[in-house]
Amino acid sequence: MTLSTLFQHILTGISLGGAYALIAIGYTMVYGILRLINFAHGDIFMMAGYFMIFAMVSLPWQIAIPLVCIITVILGVVIERVAYKPLRSAPRMSIMISAIAISYLLQNLATYLFTALPRAFPEIPFLKKIFQIGNVSSSLVTFITPILTIILVVGLMFLINHTKIGMAMRAVSKDFETAQLMGIRINNVISATFAIGSFLAAVGAILYFTDRMSVTPFSGMLPGLKCFVAAVLGGIGSIPGAMVGGFVIGLCETILVAMGYSTFSDAFTFTLLIIILLFRPTGLFGEKIIDKV
Amino acid sequence: MMTKNNLLTIENLSVSYGGIKAVKGISLTVPEGEIVTLIGANGAGKSTILRTIAGLVKPESGKISYRGEDITGISTTSIVEKGITLVPEGRRVFPDLTVLENLKIGAYLRKDNLQDDINRVYKLFPRLQERSWQLAGTLSGGEQQMLAVGRALMSRPKLIMMDEPSLGLAPIIVNDIMNIITTVNKEEGMTILLVEQNANLALRIAHRGYVCETGRITMEGTGMELLNDENVKAAYLGKSKNK
Repeated sequence: MTLSTLFQHILTGISLGGAYALIAIGYTMVYGILRLINFAHGDIFMMAGYFMIFAMVSLPWQIAIPLVCIITVILGVVIERVAYKPLRSAPRMSIMISAIAISYLLQNLATYLFTALPRAFPEIPFLKKIFQIGNVSSSLVTFITPILTIILVVGLMFLINHTKIGMAMRAVSKDFETAQLMGIRINNVISATFAIGSFLAAVGAILYFTDRMSVTPFSGMLPGLKCFVAAVLGGIGSIPGAMVGGFVIGLCETILVAMGYSTFSDAFTFTLLIIILLFRPTGLFGEKIIDKV
Repeated sequence: MMTKNNLLTIENLSVSYGGIKAVKGISLTVPEGEIVTLIGANGAGKSTILRTIAGLVKPESGKISYRGEDITGISTTSIVEKGITLVPEGRRVFPDLTVLENLKIGAYLRKDNLQDDINRVYKLFPRLQERSWQLAGTLSGGEQQMLAVGRALMSRPKLIMMDEPSLGLAPIIVNDIMNIITTVNKEEGMTILLVEQNANLALRIAHRGYVCETGRITMEGTGMELLNDENVKAAYLGKSKNK
C-alpha cells in the first residue's frame, strides 16, 4: 500500500465516520434524555434517503436538502409523540419494544410504498465534483462530510451548554420532575431533542447515500446498528463521545476493507461492542457517576 | 372572620397513589404573608399534598384555589407561572449544572433580566456567590438546600412550598435553614407552606400549623398553640403527657 492510497483510505474512512457520527449523536441524545435506545433511528435515516430521492425528482438540490431535513424532523417528532410519549410513565421495556415496532413499521412501510428494489440516489452535482489534494483525489462529499460533522457538533455543543433550551435539556436529562417544577415543559424539550437527532440523521443520510448511490428499505438497519455501537463506544449520553465513536468505527471499517478483510468489517464492529461492554461499559466519555448523598 | 386574604385554599382534597388513598379529604388555608406548617409522621401524606398543589400528582377529588381561582389539576408549568413553587424533598438541585445555572433555570419561565434577582439571592446566601461556577453536585447538603431555596426565589413566586428542608442536615445547618425561611418570609414578604418532620422547629417559626395523620388533618392552630398542646407534645415533640 503506498502512502497516497493509505491517505485515500483514511480520507474515505473519516468521511464514512462523519456520517456515522451524525447518526450516532441522535442515539446518544435520545438516550441521554429518555434513557431509550431509539431503535427506529436508523430507519428514520433510511426514510430521509427516500425523501431525498423524491424531493430531487422535481426540485433543485438547494431546495430539496432543507425540505428533506424539515420532513425528517417532522417524522422524528411525530414518532416520539405517537409511539413514545404515551408510554412515558410505563416501564422502560415497553417503550423499547415500541421503538423496535416503529423500526419494523418504517421498514415495511418503505417496502410497501417504494418496493424492496434499490432506488438510485440522485446525484447532487456539486457534491460529486472530483477534488484533488496532492495525489489524493476524491469527490467533494468525502471532504465535506467530516468538516460538516465537526461544525454541526460544535454548534450542537454550543446549543447545549450556552442556550436556555440546552440548559433545559441538561436539566430534563437528569431529573424530569424537578425540571417540571422549574416550569419547563418537558414534552417540548423531548420534542426538540428528537428534532435535532432527526435533523442530523437527515444530513447524515444525504452525505452517506451520495457516496453509496442507492437506497433500499433496509439501508438503515446496519448503519443504524453500527452507529449505536459508535454511541456506546463513545459513552452513551455523550455527544463528543458519539462523534469520536463514529469516526473510529468508520475508519476501522474502511481500513479493514482496504486490507482485504471486507468480510469481517461488520463482525469487527460488533466484536468491538462486546469488548466495550465487557471492559468499559461506560465507553470512552461516558457519564461518570458522582452522586452525592 | 379572616383578617388576611387567603392565598391558597384547599377543600376536601383526596389523592390516591396506585390504589392507596394517601390523602383523605383534607382542607387547609394559607393566608398571604404567613408561614404555615404541616407537621406529621412519615407517610402521613404531607408530601403528597404539596406535590398535588404543584400539579405533579392529579387529585381524585376536592378543590385547590389560589387567589380565588380554581387551579385543581392544571399543569405544573401553569402553576409555576401563577407564582407557586415547590422546593422538593431532598433538594434536588441539578448536580451537573453550575450554581449560577441552577439559579437561572429557576427563572426558566421569565423573559426579563435576571441580574437583580441573582444579586438578591447572592445577598441572602453569600456562600452561593463564592461558588457560582461550581457544579451544584459538589456542594454540601446545607449549601444545596440554600441553592434549592434560591432557585425557587428566582421564579419570583408568591407562595413557596418547602418539603422537608431540614432532612439529612446537621443540626447547626438546620438552624440556618430555619433562619433563612424566617428571613425570606419577613424581608421578601413571601408566603410559605412548610412541611416538616422536625415539628419543634417548624412550629416555632410558623404562624399557623396543621397536624397531618394518615392522610387527615387532625389538629390545627397557631404555631404556639400547637407547641403547647399536650397531644402534639407527646406525639411529635418527644415530651410525655401530663408532666
